[in-house]
Amino acid sequence: MSDHEYTPKSNFGKWFNDRLPLLTLANHLTDYPTPKNLNYWWTFGGILTFCLITQIVTGLVLAMHYIAHADMAFDSVEHIMRDVNYGWLIRYIHANGASMFFLAVYIHIFRSLFYGSYKAPREIIWIIGIIIYLLMMAAAFMGYVLPWGQMSFWGATVITNLFSAIPFVGEGIVTWLWGGYSVDNPTLTRFFTLHYLIPFLILGLVVLHIWALHVPGNNNPVGIDVKKPSKDTVPFHPYIVIKDGFALLMFMIVFAFFVFYSPNILGHADNYIEADPLVTPAHIVPEWYLLPFYAILRSVPDKLLGVVAMLSAIFILAALPWLDTSKIRSAVFRPLYRQFYWILVADVLILGYVGAMPAEGLYLLIARVATAYYFLHFLVVLPLLGYKEKTLPIPLSITEPVLGGSPNLATAKNDERLNK
Amino acid sequence: MKNFFRILFLITLFVGFQYNSNAAEKIEYLKTDWSFKGLFGKFDRASLQRGYQVYTEVCSSCHSMKYLSYRNLAEKGGPEFTEVQAKAIAASFEVTDGPNADGDMFTRPGKLSDKFVMPYENTKAAQAANGGAYPPDMSVLVKARGGGVDYIYSLLQGYEDPPSGVTLDDGVYYNKFMYGNKIKMANQLSDGLVEYGDGTNSTVEQMSKDVTTFLMWAAEPHLESRHRMGFKAIVYLIILTILVYFSMKKIWSGIKTEV
Repeated sequence: MSDHEYTPKSNFGKWFNDRLPLLTLANHLTDYPTPKNLNYWWTFGGILTFCLITQIVTGLVLAMHYIAHADMAFDSVEHIMRDVNYGWLIRYIHANGASMFFLAVYIHIFRSLFYGSYKAPREIIWIIGIIIYLLMMAAAFMGYVLPWGQMSFWGATVITNLFSAIPFVGEGIVTWLWGGYSVDNPTLTRFFTLHYLIPFLILGLVVLHIWALHVPGNNNPVGIDVKKPSKDTVPFHPYIVIKDGFALLMFMIVFAFFVFYSPNILGHADNYIEADPLVTPAHIVPEWYLLPFYAILRSVPDKLLGVVAMLSAIFILAALPWLDTSKIRSAVFRPLYRQFYWILVADVLILGYVGAMPAEGLYLLIARVATAYYFLHFLVVLPLLGYKEKTLPIPLSITEPVLGGSPNLATAKNDERLNK
Repeated sequence: MKNFFRILFLITLFVGFQYNSNAAEKIEYLKTDWSFKGLFGKFDRASLQRGYQVYTEVCSSCHSMKYLSYRNLAEKGGPEFTEVQAKAIAASFEVTDGPNADGDMFTRPGKLSDKFVMPYENTKAAQAANGGAYPPDMSVLVKARGGGVDYIYSLLQGYEDPPSGVTLDDGVYYNKFMYGNKIKMANQLSDGLVEYGDGTNSTVEQMSKDVTTFLMWAAEPHLESRHRMGFKAIVYLIILTILVYFSMKKIWSGIKTEV
């Protein structure tokens, strides 16, 4: 691997690299030993980086033409769609890009849940990831407000009103958030500012996320620690680069179908009606990627407790490395956890479905059961499973499928020594 | 590869799910063949031109189209009137301009660069003239309604006598495709209402189809170039994906693992 290692040849190159080793940083990235058994679920990190860059680039161009003013925002979006060269393309990529971003991030998160990637020593990577996910939701929500359509306006009204549930200071906070006594121009301009800021915060956190990843290295489907470099690993370049590239291209084909052939299918028709503070839409629904949390919010009869439940549903994820008491990472060797995992997946999908439906009758009942199960999974099932579950024997290494290993290399070595 | 198909399957599920939840309110709309649907969908020029005629002669007395300019009528991918025709269309409208050097507003014949002339001065005037209901702007109407073109097409033909037991206030009409069945717009179309220049028989069905096609173009003026570019982009991506797939197989051939 070191045979193709780059060293600067020119005097300037050497001078520069001695002071800032930027030129040899690529050596780390190309050599970075990666478990060779990573499957396609592991390609979504690269795909997410692509999504972020796409959103930033298209967003910059849109911001050049967009006018953040309550009287002109809707018009300026139509101006982009009609008169700006390829404005329709850029806007549709940006709007559908948000959905694609969330699709990829959900796959990324559920991959982590299945293979136990959040467990020691990767807790910090996981927590940074949860913060990124939170910021993504904030950015997406504020971005959806910018076209100033009916769903923009009423979505903003519903979500900002949640803060009024805070005892004593709630009303004051909402007025402060709005910059007035209702969602209006000051709200729009501050949302635009924050919508512009957050992606760059996310970018910074992504750097930390990858940095933290490169300390222990990737987890893998078997969930055991691998020696690096060894027969179990391949250098990042060209092996992982080409594989990520292949998966990214497949993802882009799906993305392109949305952008070119059904660009509005993921949006709500009401958002092509200009915002009208005097007319409330029949159903106010958030974008699809927020629906599970919306369902949790509405399933609790009390406003404050509903907000608490919704926020807990997200923040509980940050505590996951400590809620899951099992020593085994990968669900491949955890027969019981595997079943609960799929129940959780179904549970979240059900929450998403009822989130889009009116909160009444059977839908409300289903939402309540699903919400209860969501918390049960994290607070009861996961901690208990670690003690009760009979896990399958795990291999010692990826290349040598000898059973009886341990997820932790140090313990494995210790066991080996003791057995001799 | 096995995993890969699983991912693809999940994405398909997700899309299907999305389609489904969007069609939550199940109403069977009237169906017709739209030339602009599908991978290579294009507008039917003649239909767009007829649709424009229906819009000007019927709809435009109440409904504005504030995002369209007369120049759009001559642009590629639209009704493609010749520039001479489009100029003549523009000139047939009186446009308020000004203020002039004396500080007065004046009227002049329209130019290609003018926006479509609005039927009312403002929303209040529109409401006052229509019993309190505001005839919505039609520029993006197709995209602003759940059922899209099928909904508009059906609505125009959906007027019926109210079933027994349903009483209607003055100025309210019964339409089987309208949300809640009560609509403040009276039935506008009747057979032979418009005399088409190209001799097409102007049935209610034909006029509904033509004007809906026109509204679709108004909402998505770049639909044709979007479809053209989409096809090229996807073919390009598929070829590149195949090439990258074989490169990947070659690169990984020395490693014993499943890719």
